[in-house]
Amino acid sequence: MFSIAETDIAPEELRQQMFDPGAGGFCVFEGWVRNVNEGKQVKRLEYEVYEPLAIAEGEKVMAEAQQRFPHLKVYCVHRSGLLEIGDCAVWVAVASAHRDEAFKACRYIIDEIKVRLPIWKKEHYVDGDSGWVNCERCASVAHQHSAGA
Amino acid sequence: MKKITIRYFAMFRENAGVSEEVLDMDVATALDVFEQTRSRHGSSEPIGHCKVAVNDVMADWSASISDGDTVLLFPPVAGG
Repeated sequence: MFSIAETDIAPEELRQQMFDPGAGGFCVFEGWVRNVNEGKQVKRLEYEVYEPLAIAEGEKVMAEAQQRFPHLKVYCVHRSGLLEIGDCAVWVAVASAHRDEAFKACRYIIDEIKVRLPIWKKEHYVDGDSGWVNCERCASVAHQHSAGA
Repeated sequence: MKKITIRYFAMFRENAGVSEEVLDMDVATALDVFEQTRSRHGSSEPIGHCKVAVNDVMADWSASISDGDTVLLFPPVAGG
């Protein structure tokens, strides 16, 4: 399941929902807001999300991950709105019988989400400036997936 | 001419100064809409990693545009 959260993501609570008696491996990725990007001191972040399509595309990514790396449970939530340094921006978790599928599915989901979902990140800097982030590096990672790497 | 609703997001919205507008346009494809709105609002953003959706479905730039369609213009995304 994929969802968008307008308020704090609570990893500990979400983790409880991931338990599955058949799972021997659990992999989670948390994306955090950091205080620097490309040499600029970041004060806070703002995510703009076009929810109808973000959710539809997010569900599609997760269905693809299930096909490529079959697993037992998966959950992903992405924040919208204003976030402070250290806040959790995205949480991806996969429970599977063995670790390999959990690692691979988790990696696939976060990489695809970064480049495919209609989500935009605006950084507000300590110096009062602000700017939209253009994630070129993320795009190259997605290209590696599509090339079968 | 076709009546097209255009929705702008993130930097496109800030550049256009509006989140949505309805225009009478002489367009065949989603690419035509992108290019005409770009010159209308003086944007220099290359098509590069931009994306488009038509009537809330992700589409290719070659997608046909009909009278009454809503075209959503997405600047480069940066989730995560």
